[in-house]
Amino acid sequence: MSEELIVHGIEWTVKELFVYPNEYIYWSIQIVMYPYMTGLVAGAFVLSSLYHVFGQKELKEIAQFSLVFSLALLPVAALPLLLHLQQPMRAMEPLLTPHFTSAIAAFGIVFTAYALIVLSEIWFVYREYFIAQVHALKGEPGLANAMSRIVYRVLTIGAYDVSEEALRVDKKAATILAAIGIPVACFLHGYAGFIFGSVKANALWMSPLMPVIFIMSAVVSGIALCMLTYIVIMEWQAFRRRRKGSGVEASEIKGAEKEIINQATRYLLGFLIAAISLEMLDLIFRGYTAMKSWDILRSVMYGKDFVNIFVLQYTLGNLVPFVLLILPGRTLKRTVLALLLVLFGVFMMRWNVVIGGQAFSLSFSGYMHYEIPVIPHSIETFKEGVFGALTVIATPFVLFWIINKFVPSLRRDARGS
Amino acid sequence: MTCSRRDFLKDAVGGTLASALPLSAFVFLSTDEAKAAIADSKVRWAFLVDTTKCIGCGLCVKACKTENEIPYDAAVTRTWVERYVVTKDGKTHIDSPMGGRDGYTTDLIRDEEIEPEDIDKAFFVPKLCNQCDNPACVQVCPVGATYQTNDGIVLVDRDWCIGCGYCIMACPYGVRFFHPEHKVADKCNFCYHRISKGMEPACVECCSFGARRLANLRDPDDPVTKIITTERVAVLKDEYGTKPHVFYIGLDANVR
Amino acid sequence: MKWHVLRPLWVAIGLVGAIFVAREFLVPDDFGVHGQNFTYGFHRLSNVQEWKDFPVKYQGRESCEECHEENLTALNGSTHQTVECENCHGPSIDHPDPNEFLPLDKDRALCLRCHAFLDYPNTDRGALVSIVDRTHKRRYECVKCHNPHDPKEYYE
Repeated sequence: MSEELIVHGIEWTVKELFVYPNEYIYWSIQIVMYPYMTGLVAGAFVLSSLYHVFGQKELKEIAQFSLVFSLALLPVAALPLLLHLQQPMRAMEPLLTPHFTSAIAAFGIVFTAYALIVLSEIWFVYREYFIAQVHALKGEPGLANAMSRIVYRVLTIGAYDVSEEALRVDKKAATILAAIGIPVACFLHGYAGFIFGSVKANALWMSPLMPVIFIMSAVVSGIALCMLTYIVIMEWQAFRRRRKGSGVEASEIKGAEKEIINQATRYLLGFLIAAISLEMLDLIFRGYTAMKSWDILRSVMYGKDFVNIFVLQYTLGNLVPFVLLILPGRTLKRTVLALLLVLFGVFMMRWNVVIGGQAFSLSFSGYMHYEIPVIPHSIETFKEGVFGALTVIATPFVLFWIINKFVPSLRRDARGS
Repeated sequence: MTCSRRDFLKDAVGGTLASALPLSAFVFLSTDEAKAAIADSKVRWAFLVDTTKCIGCGLCVKACKTENEIPYDAAVTRTWVERYVVTKDGKTHIDSPMGGRDGYTTDLIRDEEIEPEDIDKAFFVPKLCNQCDNPACVQVCPVGATYQTNDGIVLVDRDWCIGCGYCIMACPYGVRFFHPEHKVADKCNFCYHRISKGMEPACVECCSFGARRLANLRDPDDPVTKIITTERVAVLKDEYGTKPHVFYIGLDANVR
Repeated sequence: MKWHVLRPLWVAIGLVGAIFVAREFLVPDDFGVHGQNFTYGFHRLSNVQEWKDFPVKYQGRESCEECHEENLTALNGSTHQTVECENCHGPSIDHPDPNEFLPLDKDRALCLRCHAFLDYPNTDRGALVSIVDRTHKRRYECVKCHNPHDPKEYYE
């Protein structure tokens, strides 16, 4: 079959029984990745704001880190969309001619606003550091140093005042931005939930609870990712320090982290309970009211998707980590396992919503099975396949590594260095 | 403290924008406004499908593909015909191979043999875009690439569509798809290029049995309009509030 | 007064300004709300005419009649009188210029669309003269024996 005849979606959709001729799984893996990545962004930001706004002193270090990490995640949240669009060159149109009755158009504006808030907050937190680097690199030989100095000069946006009052104002501004950022981050992910929840044509998606469920699970995933990355990095650094024989005691390093982990875990558990409760409520309501779509939904949820929903998402992804985190004598290893399971659980939730919502036909008389392309043989099977997803997952870490070179987020010095 | 208050300015702008959006959505969703805007047009296209006359020859599907340049071998179509066979055991067998493009020449439904004596009822149902009064697909387009004309037809701007697929997901009837060559959203538009010249849509023209008919609801002398307004007709899935404008004669309870 | 706090605001305003400037160049002038409300009428106006200008392929029976009156006279008196010429002869488009000959579909599959027997009580399928494909002269085109313009006429 020639290239033009490849209908988008036909290569990874297997239809069963009666499905309308034009129905395919149009929203596949990249649309699963997109709310997942925006959820991580929102969650990371909320974690950072818990320190800046609510003064959770134990969270200071991880707050620094999660703020910068949320910046690394930000462009990656847009990446799945660019890979999904049939016309990616027109990706700026939602900003040029936004049709505000569409949740996707509103999202473009909110996303831009949110990006500006994160960037501004980072600027206020690190401005002193940028200025220090500009001075430190002055006269240093080498092209790399010269270029770094230029970058830092640009980053200061010409504001070189480092008086006590200026720095105090910086801190105040950062706090205000962190406070405003919380509802904007909620908006950001609430809109992603609204994108699905407002589609009346889809029996699984349509629900007023959808935006709230998305926000709750987004915060869960963001906190979990930040905690996990933070633990990994700190353990790695401690490991290196121990090898070098530095003056800091290994137990001291672990001790400082424990408080952070405990506090963050409390928040994680709170949001996890909220997310699970809402999802249970949605499920129970559907079964109780038994609308026209209930027969096919039930056969999908209790039949072919039973493992995906009840085993992978609810048990492995929610119940098991919940138990692991609640049981006394929580070790770092157990925490890491729980966090990995939580991240997996939130991913499965996105999968079960996006793919699950397309597992049945609009006719309610047929099914569509999703066979994700593994080995790509065309651009389309790369973009909307396993390798496309892996690209999206890997990118924030690459970006973080680059950003961290100019905005170091893992040191302990109170002056942001 | 004037500094911090000014700092608020920045986010006042962003915050106002962000909060104005959901509020503005309520204003623009007024259906009365929409009705008033269309009301002064002399034409409102509608369609009448008589399922008692359709014999499933599929020539309409073939004509549509040819007329509207939808690649013939691509498994998408702007219009299609469904076959319903209800058997005595209460099961409903439904199929639409390639949308009915090649007609129905065998009684096998997905390789299942159905004995004629087991059949309670069997019929064909042609489907196409309903050109709804409240098109959900238009509401969700993020860039204004799809819209409704004054005479009721919903069109897609091929040069502006970004290919996000939201409109396809939003249509309860499954009439939209991605055009395999143009890589943008596509759907039936009642052959807008034909009806604007006084011709009939290709599917109406090529139906030998009179199962498909075009109507102008604003023309009281239109014979098809008379049928729609004075005889018993039905629409598909009216529970979604889309106000579809394809009317059916002989629509059965089993039709999905 | 520490004015440097406002710097990010200027950057943000600059960015928004840049988007508005880009709009002037990238968005067609006739893009806006036309005819209806914002929900259903937000589009580029010139697109409507573009769709009206889409080329017509099927010209319809009346246009065939202009030159092929004889064939139509035969057809009109026969049981195939409701069948469109272009259903079998293909769309005439701009025939006869440049396409002098239309691709005639003589395949069995074309006739079987209507004439393959299906015992469906709620359609007129049973009322049409029909065959069971595999039991009726499988190797031949239908038109070898049957005149499509007057199906009652039978070639020996």
